[in-house]
Amino acid sequence: MGKATRVSFGEQLAELGATHPSIVVFDADLSKSTQSQLFAARYPERFFEMGIQEHNMIGAAAGMALCGKKPFICSFSTFVVGRFEVIRMSVGYSEANVTIVGTHCGVAIGEDGYSQMALEDIALMRTLPNMAIIQPADDREARAAVRFLAEHHGPAFLRLTRQNVADIHDDSYEFHFGKADVLRDGADAVAFCTGGVVHGTLMAADMLAQEGVDLRVVNIHTIAPLDVEAVVKAARETGRVITVEDHSIVGGLGGAIAETLAEHHPTLMKRIGMTTYGRSGSPTGLYEHFGLDAHGIARGIREFMENAQV
Amino acid sequence: MDLSTSAMQRAANEMRVDIIQMLHAAGSGHPGGSLSLIDILTVAVLKHIGRNADNVDAPDRHRLVLSKGHGVPALYAVLARAGVIPHEELLSLRTLGSRLQGHPHNATFPAVEASTGSLGQGLSIAQGMAMAAKLDGLEYRVYCVLGDGEMQEGQVWEALLSAAMYKVDNLIVILDYNKGQIDGPTNEIINLEPLADKLRAFNWAVQEIDGHDIAAIDEALTIARKREGQPHFIIAHTVKGKGVSFMEHPTEWHGKAPGDAEARAAIDELHTLLA
Repeated sequence: MGKATRVSFGEQLAELGATHPSIVVFDADLSKSTQSQLFAARYPERFFEMGIQEHNMIGAAAGMALCGKKPFICSFSTFVVGRFEVIRMSVGYSEANVTIVGTHCGVAIGEDGYSQMALEDIALMRTLPNMAIIQPADDREARAAVRFLAEHHGPAFLRLTRQNVADIHDDSYEFHFGKADVLRDGADAVAFCTGGVVHGTLMAADMLAQEGVDLRVVNIHTIAPLDVEAVVKAARETGRVITVEDHSIVGGLGGAIAETLAEHHPTLMKRIGMTTYGRSGSPTGLYEHFGLDAHGIARGIREFMENAQV
Repeated sequence: MDLSTSAMQRAANEMRVDIIQMLHAAGSGHPGGSLSLIDILTVAVLKHIGRNADNVDAPDRHRLVLSKGHGVPALYAVLARAGVIPHEELLSLRTLGSRLQGHPHNATFPAVEASTGSLGQGLSIAQGMAMAAKLDGLEYRVYCVLGDGEMQEGQVWEALLSAAMYKVDNLIVILDYNKGQIDGPTNEIINLEPLADKLRAFNWAVQEIDGHDIAAIDEALTIARKREGQPHFIIAHTVKGKGVSFMEHPTEWHGKAPGDAEARAAIDELHTLLA
């Protein structure tokens, strides 16, 4: 098993500290979990422990950004994005050059239960017109995204996993912001997936292949701005669309794809993701329970294919 | 620019006229909290910040965040006086295409420094700006003007704790303590008192003044330049609607623009102060 994307983030950010003196890092008493501690250990003068005050952390980071700094602000995604009104005003509307790093996304955080799980964060952030949203699927993708964000100018949201995720890419991987990434070709249907469920979706495609279903798998690491052209093209070529995400099916990747296709190329769809609040359990147990493991994803797609006659 | 006490007093009253004219032209906005604020902004922006068209985007400029963003007509009037906004542009307030948004928006008009209007957020931004100065080894000060109603917001108290912890002594908060908010007198809605005691307990250097006494504002802002490890908080007692007798009421003129006759009466009264 590969790394948690929060670890990839922490390691890469600490490396970038050497070459990017304007980077400053904020955390709200979770630096050991978000892995911002790795930056803090090397650049203590540019690390700000803001305590359990997410509102103030967001605002202070915006103030620093308006004075030329490049803040990365870190917390569990639900705690930081939950302070949405401050993000909306002090970061988004202010065009502040702040990267919001939300870790511990989705039900895959496991035993801590719903209060720590971000299941609505993408939906909220998508409403801000200038907010870039990136959710990497593995270690290489996460590192590349962090390198990209260090150079990016403008409000951004990086959504990361608590759990380890299997490697999807090899060393030849190149990150292209705003571009969909076709991981597996297929003609019968397309599954758009993002983050921690990308590997499970690829495994589901293998299972379905044995049943004669030729599934295309497209990784959407950049949820905003969405690669509309690639989404429409895949829908047009396959005629059936599935979305898979560890997030509410309302407003997240599924919502983004549905809105896009409704306007450009109406296509039968199945959104796989969360439709209820989360709960405690082991990460693997929860993925099995909510149909987000490879078997569950394959089952969801199979049912959709049987019922969705084009 | 003449920055004597008497000249600043006169300038503030002239800007009261600007505020009435802007709000009358816009047909909406917040006269009460703009008139209570103008004396503070006059001394802070014109004298202690020394804002002018040449330093408005200098990296080491002193900055002012108007956290009570609804008072922005007063800030626009002062920026016009400072030569940053052409005076005739003031009447474009709140109209489509104007830089002068109904509440400050830095991305449209950088001279306002921050986007505010959703109360309680400005002090955090000001704290970050003041910390950036220290990180860069620059000497600039960051001023933040709060309203008393907005001190009911939890985020303000987060920043009060945090700025003291970080010893952000280049941060100067001025409270426009005009005692009124939309639904009633502030201290009947959520009482702030004893405020000075609370702030001292939070490790701030606290002063308490008459926020319409130009000399007292000047003196307090001079004292607040001290860098002794504590952020500064000036409780400025003010009167909502100050200078226009019929607007001097805790709630009546919070968010209501004067009509033709009211604007004329207000300006006539202000002209007697300027005679």
